[in-house]
Amino acid sequence: MMDTNAHLHIVAFACEHCAYAAADLAGGLRMQYPPQIKIVQIPCSGKLDELMVLGALEDGVDGVMVAG
Amino acid sequence: MSAVDRKNPTNGNNAPQPPVGAVMVVGGGIAGMQAALDLGDQGYKVYLVEKESAIGGHMALLDKTFPTNDCAMCNISPKLVDTGRHLNIEILTQTDVRQVDGDVGNFTVTVNCRPRYIDTDKCVGCDNCAQVCPISLPDLYEQGLKDRKAAYRLYTQAVPAAYAIEKLGVAPCRDACPAGQRAQGYIALIAEGRYREALRVIKEDNPFPSVCGRTCHHPCEGHCTRALVDQPVGIMSLKRFVVDYALAYGREKVEQVPRTRPEWVAVIGSGPAGLTAAHDLVKMGYGVTVYEALQVAGGMMRVGIPAHRLPKGVLQQDIDDILALGVVLKTDSPVKDPGALLEQGYDAVCLATGISTKDHSLGLEGEGALGVISAATFLRKINLGEPLAIGNRVAVLGGGITALDAAAVARRLGAQDVHLVLDRPRGELPAYHWEVASVEAEGIHLYEKIAATEILERDGKVTGVVLAETGKGMAKDASGRRKPKIKDGTEFSIEVDTVIGTVGQYSDLNYLDPRFDELSVDRKTLACDIPGLFVVGGRKTGASYIIEAVALGHRVADSIHSYLQDGIAVAAEKSAPPVVKYTRQEMQDRVLKGEIQLAPKIEPILLPMDERVTSFREVVLGMTDQQARREASRCLQCGICAECLACVYACDVNAIDHEMVAYEEKIQVGAVILAPGYQAYNAHLSEEYGFGRYPNVVTALQFERLLAASGPTQGHVQRPSDGATPQRIAFLQCVGSRDQDHDYCSAVCCMYATKEAIIAMEHHPELDIHVFLMDMRAYSKGYLGYYRRAREHYGIQYERCRISALHEDTVRHDLILHHVDESGKQQVNRFDMVVLSVGMEISQSVRDLGRRLGVELDEYGFCHSVRFNPIETSRQGIYAVGPFREPKDIPESVVEASGAAAAISARLADSRFTLTTRREYPDEKDISAEPAQIGVFVCHCGSNIAGFLDVPDVAAYARELPGVVHAEDLLYACSQDAIDQITQSVDEHGINRVVVASCSPLTHQPLFQDSIRSAGLNPYLFEMANIRNQCSWVHSFDRDLATTKARDLVRMAVARAANLEPQQTFDVPVESAALVVGGGAAGMTAAINLAEQGFPVYLVEREDELGGNLRHVLTPLPALNGDDPQHPQEVLDTLIERVTHNIHITVHLDSKVIATRGFMGNFTSTIQTASGARSEILHGATILATGGQEYRGPEYGCGTDPRIVTQHEFENLLVNHKLKIKNLKSLVMIQCVGPAEEFCSRICCTVALKNALALKEQIPEAQITILHRDIRSYGFKERLYTRARELGVLFMRYDDRHRPQVNVNNGDLTIEAWDPVLRKGVTFEPQRLVLSMPAVPDPDTNQVSSLFKVPVDADGFFLEAHVKLRPVDFATDGVFMAGMAHYPKLLDETIVQAQAAASRAARILSRDTLTAGGQVAVVDPALCTGCLTCVRVCPFNVPLMQSDLTGVGEIIGAAYIEAAVCQGCGSCVAECPARAIQLMHYTDTQMGSKVRALTKPEAAFIPLEAVHES
Repeated sequence: MMDTNAHLHIVAFACEHCAYAAADLAGGLRMQYPPQIKIVQIPCSGKLDELMVLGALEDGVDGVMVAG
Repeated sequence: MSAVDRKNPTNGNNAPQPPVGAVMVVGGGIAGMQAALDLGDQGYKVYLVEKESAIGGHMALLDKTFPTNDCAMCNISPKLVDTGRHLNIEILTQTDVRQVDGDVGNFTVTVNCRPRYIDTDKCVGCDNCAQVCPISLPDLYEQGLKDRKAAYRLYTQAVPAAYAIEKLGVAPCRDACPAGQRAQGYIALIAEGRYREALRVIKEDNPFPSVCGRTCHHPCEGHCTRALVDQPVGIMSLKRFVVDYALAYGREKVEQVPRTRPEWVAVIGSGPAGLTAAHDLVKMGYGVTVYEALQVAGGMMRVGIPAHRLPKGVLQQDIDDILALGVVLKTDSPVKDPGALLEQGYDAVCLATGISTKDHSLGLEGEGALGVISAATFLRKINLGEPLAIGNRVAVLGGGITALDAAAVARRLGAQDVHLVLDRPRGELPAYHWEVASVEAEGIHLYEKIAATEILERDGKVTGVVLAETGKGMAKDASGRRKPKIKDGTEFSIEVDTVIGTVGQYSDLNYLDPRFDELSVDRKTLACDIPGLFVVGGRKTGASYIIEAVALGHRVADSIHSYLQDGIAVAAEKSAPPVVKYTRQEMQDRVLKGEIQLAPKIEPILLPMDERVTSFREVVLGMTDQQARREASRCLQCGICAECLACVYACDVNAIDHEMVAYEEKIQVGAVILAPGYQAYNAHLSEEYGFGRYPNVVTALQFERLLAASGPTQGHVQRPSDGATPQRIAFLQCVGSRDQDHDYCSAVCCMYATKEAIIAMEHHPELDIHVFLMDMRAYSKGYLGYYRRAREHYGIQYERCRISALHEDTVRHDLILHHVDESGKQQVNRFDMVVLSVGMEISQSVRDLGRRLGVELDEYGFCHSVRFNPIETSRQGIYAVGPFREPKDIPESVVEASGAAAAISARLADSRFTLTTRREYPDEKDISAEPAQIGVFVCHCGSNIAGFLDVPDVAAYARELPGVVHAEDLLYACSQDAIDQITQSVDEHGINRVVVASCSPLTHQPLFQDSIRSAGLNPYLFEMANIRNQCSWVHSFDRDLATTKARDLVRMAVARAANLEPQQTFDVPVESAALVVGGGAAGMTAAINLAEQGFPVYLVEREDELGGNLRHVLTPLPALNGDDPQHPQEVLDTLIERVTHNIHITVHLDSKVIATRGFMGNFTSTIQTASGARSEILHGATILATGGQEYRGPEYGCGTDPRIVTQHEFENLLVNHKLKIKNLKSLVMIQCVGPAEEFCSRICCTVALKNALALKEQIPEAQITILHRDIRSYGFKERLYTRARELGVLFMRYDDRHRPQVNVNNGDLTIEAWDPVLRKGVTFEPQRLVLSMPAVPDPDTNQVSSLFKVPVDADGFFLEAHVKLRPVDFATDGVFMAGMAHYPKLLDETIVQAQAAASRAARILSRDTLTAGGQVAVVDPALCTGCLTCVRVCPFNVPLMQSDLTGVGEIIGAAYIEAAVCQGCGSCVAECPARAIQLMHYTDTQMGSKVRALTKPEAAFIPLEAVHES
């Protein structure tokens, strides 16, 4: 599955207080997930506005995930 | 032990010394960390002492916290990082406090620092050591549910992040070995099939593994702990196996060691000592020549040991390896004048000629006859292939291994009758029993405890030998040699034609030039009186066994090295680590517990007999892989760490040092805080619950780990017996609490069981969970609602029953519980899992600590404290916080920690900032005119990143990105040399923005920012790409994809970096005064503390007198824990006196705060008196202590009849109107009145118990019934409950369906209640009814809340910033709370909380300035429409509308965000409809370029100027 979708880009905006730290922990535990996901650290999920999400889609990312 | 003195800050004169501005905090759990952070922030140096290898305590192993179900790690992790990076906090891990001398203000604390074996400054936490460590042991952090390695990190997020090695000491096998061979180490590696590594560690200590694997006298096995269980491990055979394996599968080529030192050393003699010395010296870089008198090297190993025991090729293998290192060997080169070698230019000469070749006398008559030969000569001739004839009948005389060898050789030479005459029983030979048996099996006649008395001869030829039995003891013969005594009359003779005698062989130096006759040799250094000449050998310093010779070789090499380096030979003083010893009993216990399985030793296979006596083929055959691994697995791993050195080889940063030893240190501090925490009750002791026997009975801490996503099952709840998901789970409460052995309540178990049940339900909603409990102790903020949710939303069943025992279905491992339900029916239930809610205890080590420090403890080890100075111990200057005082929850521990910090600060204030440090940086470079010049540093993290993706490729890729002027890869970017390298590169390459692609910014960003600040760059010109935690580790199965993603992440980071701008921070001055609102116990306590710290305090009280609710508390709680409760009114008087006499406190009575503005450090408030007079004050912090009051409502007839009173009123009757109640014979109390049905008011049960006991004291026959929902006498308050029951107070439970009914009819007061035990209604006709009214917030709370813009919760109490970890802080910086306004609480709890609030305020007030700016939101007023959205969304109430600003379209007023208090979350930025706000460091350009770089690299890299222009 990973191979066929290798060209995809999914941006995950992650709050540095929780979701970003959780992703770090997932790494520490060597949990595997698809490499198409690129995590972008934000100071708080409250910082994320619609324009940022839409802008990302406009720029051509295939999916946006917000975690916080 | 070495003692290190910290810099003593006190001077020597007699003037009153200022206190030491340092504090020691003992215990690195959440309370210890909080105390350390508060004190560190307030300007004190803090030593945080932790017994484990990392801080974090119990909270670090929790999955979630109640009542918010927050992730515990998410909460504690920032505290861990803050503590770890705090400049004023020094963390001492694996450290115990031994003693405290001196007095408050000037203590000297002696601590013992146990070795970690890993240098925390060097370790980068890469995990290499753990990956290669062969030792597994139960992971105690995971509660034994999985294993970890001896090289370990306590948990993933541990601080310090450095690993540690668990080592008890030196294993007895190593200790017994003269050469210190790390036997446990190579055995551990063999057990894992890592044979080459095993050989590597053997060779660390012994260059003759092939020889010692065959012929060692193996004292290691004699000391092997396994002998206490069955038989010792076959250590020697295992060593041989490794050598055989290497030989069979190709030896690794030995590389020549480069010469790094100019000196040459000559070694005379190529025996084990000489060659070992040569081996060591060549490895140190010296040139070495070995002179050997014979044609072949090897000394006694070659000429003294027969080939059937040590094949010549095997020996040669070891010698060849030594020579391959670069040792020059000169055979046929006898040296008689070592002095001449020194003159020739050798810098040192080592005489290692060992055993003399001269034959010594047997001391027997007839020994001169033909046919008598010494064993040494005999074996030498055979080994050198020299001609030798022996007869057909041979007697071998002796008692050692040489005699065995000689007999076996004689047999192989064809002798038919070989008599082996041993002067001792065979068991006393330094040989395996099978070696003796083997010789016997070869047809040799064995005589035990027989010695020769005479050799018979005829015509000068041997004809026989006279033998006799030996007796006890030894006697000296004519020549002075010790021989066994002979039993008279036991003589007999045998006929032989050859006698081979063994005599004690020893070395002598008689062959030397006579001028060396009187050499004097130092036993330790082996140096002699001729400079440069060293002697191994001679009677004094000779060796009996090969391994002893090897040890001497090492010693002389070290000695020669020190001579060559320093001109004088000094024996290295090695501090001896402890040797691990076990008793037979300890081992037998482990066998009984099933920890050790009996397994016989695997004996080697021997050559078939017919081949044996006809050839010199090796008798002992090797082991197979399987046999070796099985034998190796018998090792009991005495030292835990095996010292296999695998970690040393694996560590790329040289951080491991197995030679570390414990040391003592003396530290000067002004005060000590004890926060040692609790230990969970050992559930094994409650045998009735089968813990340890039934696999599916677990403790609550184990269950916590099963729930944790980071736990052993990744958060899947599984039965330990079969891994299945359970369907039905039972929680048993009060295991180790509220029982015959524990007369206290552990205060947290009801809630953590509820939490675990809820979380389990969230994982598996179909679960059926039953909690068996006595009372639900949901007594604190938010607890009751949480408990309700557990029942009503999650369907968790709470059964009021204490389970007395359970048993197991042995087939399915289900647990079967019997209990009587509330309807009185016997129930039998089957559960898949049972969780034991274990209580809190104080560990033995903490009790010992308390005793060593002279702190009074109770019988359970809890620390005695003064009731209204609760955190003080019996020793002045030593404070106790957390469960060490009384079982308690996290927020209360945190409150106490801050409270202790405040109490200490009041004592040490004069020495604030005397021992603290600041980091200095160079001036910042102005880069505004420069284009982005980015440096990229890509980290390998050892193999953590480089093992899963192509790091050099990523670095090369980065080099080509726009704006990048330099890119390189680093082995460990966070190691000190790499940090320096980054700093240097910034200078060298003109870098003005830095990207580090490595691990997480959450842990490492501050470190790298520091390094670029040291190079003069603004810290905001930095960006990280997380290519480890979020790339290499999570995509470890596809190197290409991981590399591609790493490139993407680096490109994104570079794009953002190109757009980064320096952010300026600035200092804002701080007003050092505090405003305290509320003059009750809380307000006064906070005011006094701050004033004693030297800060001016404005204390505002609405009434015309101080005291608040405390005025209504007329009796103290009885003594609970050895304390001597002061009367509350005396406490009140003292507080008022201290307030009014303190010059720093200004009291405003009859006054209110009517306005306040400003921000942390800079508030302005207006105080108005009742008369309307106003004054304005400036203050840096605010404490709100506005209190609460007893609820008044119509419930249960309150106010309708004088016989119905509240607890306050009843207390007043008990104290002030004793006559009115002197005939009181029957009384009912009803708990949980009115609002208390919605929230637990915490104190009512305790107050009811207090008053019931007081009445019982006055009128013992009074019949008291307490109608309650649960008796919530948490902690030691349980003792009041016990005492009340003992005195006959009746307790009857009611629930929401059966509330008591109060009727006042025709003068009769009746109460109808439902008795759940009898299952019928009962009617009471008491003389009085006492209603336990809850404490509710003061009616003014709402007003105060809106004035100070602080929130209240659903019940009207102030809402803290975080219920667990910031229990006295408001979300608004600089504003704090204490007392009943926060939640109902007892007086002692109020006092501590007020001190905690003072501590939090002092963190601000103690600083001259606060740093502001950086990552903050900035409003462009020209775009602001004044819509108030930002004001509304800010969680911290920061944005304000300012009328002096001009908004869009020139409207008056625009939003203003004070940089000093903005938290930088950016919520306002996202919500602002006019896009008038930008978050600095996270601008739209910076964020946008990062995302765009992922998909549209060409668009993302538009130069910054272009973006600005557009």
